[in-house]
Amino acid sequence: MERNESPLIEFRSVSKHYYMGDNVVRACDEINMSIYKGEFVAIVGQSGSGKSTCMNIIGCLDVPTFGEYFLGGVSVGTLRKNALAEIRNEMIGFIFQQYNLLAKSNLRENVEIPLMYAGVSKSERRRRATDVLTKVGLGDKLKNRPNQLSGGQQQRVSIARALVGSPSIILADEPTGALDSKTGLEVLSMLRELNEEGNTVVLITHDSSIAARAQRVIRLEDGRVSYDGPVSAAPGVGGDVRTEVGV
Amino acid sequence: MRFFESFELALKNILAGKMRAFLTMLGIIIGVMSVITIVGLGNGMENYMVDAFKSLGTDTLNIMITGRGSSRSVSEEKMYEIVEEHPEYFLKLSPMVSMGGVTVKLGSETLESPSVTGVSEDYLEMKQYLLMPGGRGLYYVDVRERANVCVVGTYVSETYFNGDAVGETLKISGRMFTIIGVMDIIADSGETEEGGADDVIFIPYSTAARMSGIGVLNSYTVTLVSEDLATPAKAAMEDELYDIFGSDNAYRVQSMSELLGTMTQMLSILITVLALIAGISLLVGGIGIMNIMLVSVTERTREIGIRKALGAKERYIMSQFVIEAATTSVIGGALGILAGFGLSAVATQVIAAMTEESLTVSPSIASVFMAFGISAVIGILFGYLPAKKAAKLNPIDALRYE
Repeated sequence: MERNESPLIEFRSVSKHYYMGDNVVRACDEINMSIYKGEFVAIVGQSGSGKSTCMNIIGCLDVPTFGEYFLGGVSVGTLRKNALAEIRNEMIGFIFQQYNLLAKSNLRENVEIPLMYAGVSKSERRRRATDVLTKVGLGDKLKNRPNQLSGGQQQRVSIARALVGSPSIILADEPTGALDSKTGLEVLSMLRELNEEGNTVVLITHDSSIAARAQRVIRLEDGRVSYDGPVSAAPGVGGDVRTEVGV
Repeated sequence: MRFFESFELALKNILAGKMRAFLTMLGIIIGVMSVITIVGLGNGMENYMVDAFKSLGTDTLNIMITGRGSSRSVSEEKMYEIVEEHPEYFLKLSPMVSMGGVTVKLGSETLESPSVTGVSEDYLEMKQYLLMPGGRGLYYVDVRERANVCVVGTYVSETYFNGDAVGETLKISGRMFTIIGVMDIIADSGETEEGGADDVIFIPYSTAARMSGIGVLNSYTVTLVSEDLATPAKAAMEDELYDIFGSDNAYRVQSMSELLGTMTQMLSILITVLALIAGISLLVGGIGIMNIMLVSVTERTREIGIRKALGAKERYIMSQFVIEAATTSVIGGALGILAGFGLSAVATQVIAAMTEESLTVSPSIASVFMAFGISAVIGILFGYLPAKKAAKLNPIDALRYE
């Protein structure tokens, strides 16, 4: 996949090693990949394939042991914790499997959090949080607590939270994992809409049928990339699955 | 994120668990309350003591001659000479002969309480005791003649003579004394009471000395030119007495203002020690806060992970928890101050009811500020460790925490 522009996400021989006693666990083993602006990429793999580690590195929650990770052209491997926090705040919009909303705060407050750490004024925060919650269809539940919502609604709140700071990347970690298949599909279509609006979406999943919703699949096995290409040609993510999920 | 927002967040968190927050604060509340009450009690005791000493006269010296064997002594004439030789310090002298255990009778009725003291003709003036109209004080001639006359306090006059005692008689140790004068109320409170400052009988010291069989007078009171001269005046008196006795064991010169100073100092040491002991509970309260904050950090590990993933820097997490601890502590401090004032008021009432003395437990403003400051510092200090723990959490592990 050759392009003229520089990639938004670029892994150059990224390895992540964990040392357990004398054993070295190679969670990521010399991974090379590039993701460009506007793409919808699914990183797919079984548990233990290194996809979570990959996600942590992409999301700047972790840094590689070896190799270099460029985010928007900046090598983040050498950055300090505070700088990583800033990058997470500005560039990454996280969507988690378990939603990870703050139970004691209402929806608007939850969505405001990234803006709060970005130093946005209170009134501006409110306005933007309200806008984005309205966009995901929860404009009438601003003052509700997360536990008053269904799982699908909660995941929409976390999508709103991911969007509110206008990040460069939306990083979704098993976003449908805790949802029934119908609401899961709704969430996936929402991600797809976001991608069509120009957002770069990176979806991490173990489920090939979910991965089929993306444009491009990167399959990881034992910490290495075993496939990187369009969905149509991906082994096990092929045509039947696409029909199955109703594309 | 501004300080005010962290504070708002902290307040919200504290209010979310009121019972728990209250229990966390309890140590601080009790600590601050006890410190404030104890310091207030100290203030009250000091005021009470100063008042008591003032009524005894802080501008006087009390001299006690214990003598040295039987060979040397000092005569009253010599004492008068000493006083006259130092007009820069001394105003007047009066020998004091305290007649303990004498019976005072009015007809066949025995008066139990009045204290009988032999004094000079100057004594009333020295103590600034005023006489009621219609009577007179002791004269020099009364002393010289060892006259059986007396001046009585208001209480004696009111209680036994319906306020009209002048010219009446009393029997002291079987001798008949004529009452020549009645003093105006002495007690500061303006109320006379049995055994109080107004339940007194003064007779000429010469009469008293003969009745008690004392050959040489051994107790004197000297008034000073000024209260501020107490220390040099005491030294001058001691020098003179040393010249006579050649030993400083033969006499004791007591200055009320010096004594007051010593006692106030002792009292303030006592109060400081007590306040420090009470302060230990502040420390314990601080540890309580630290304990709960540590639990809170563990409980909120996931929240911390979320916040960090969403871009919270370590210092934000840190300040959030420190501010929460400090806010808890300061709210505890404020409640403790209120409780301290409450307890002080109660203590004042209890002391009044139990001892019939009016001692006002008055918390000082300084102790309030100090308690408040200390509780804030404790909150920050003991909030630091849990906050550090929270700030250092790895976001990946924290997010995965169940």
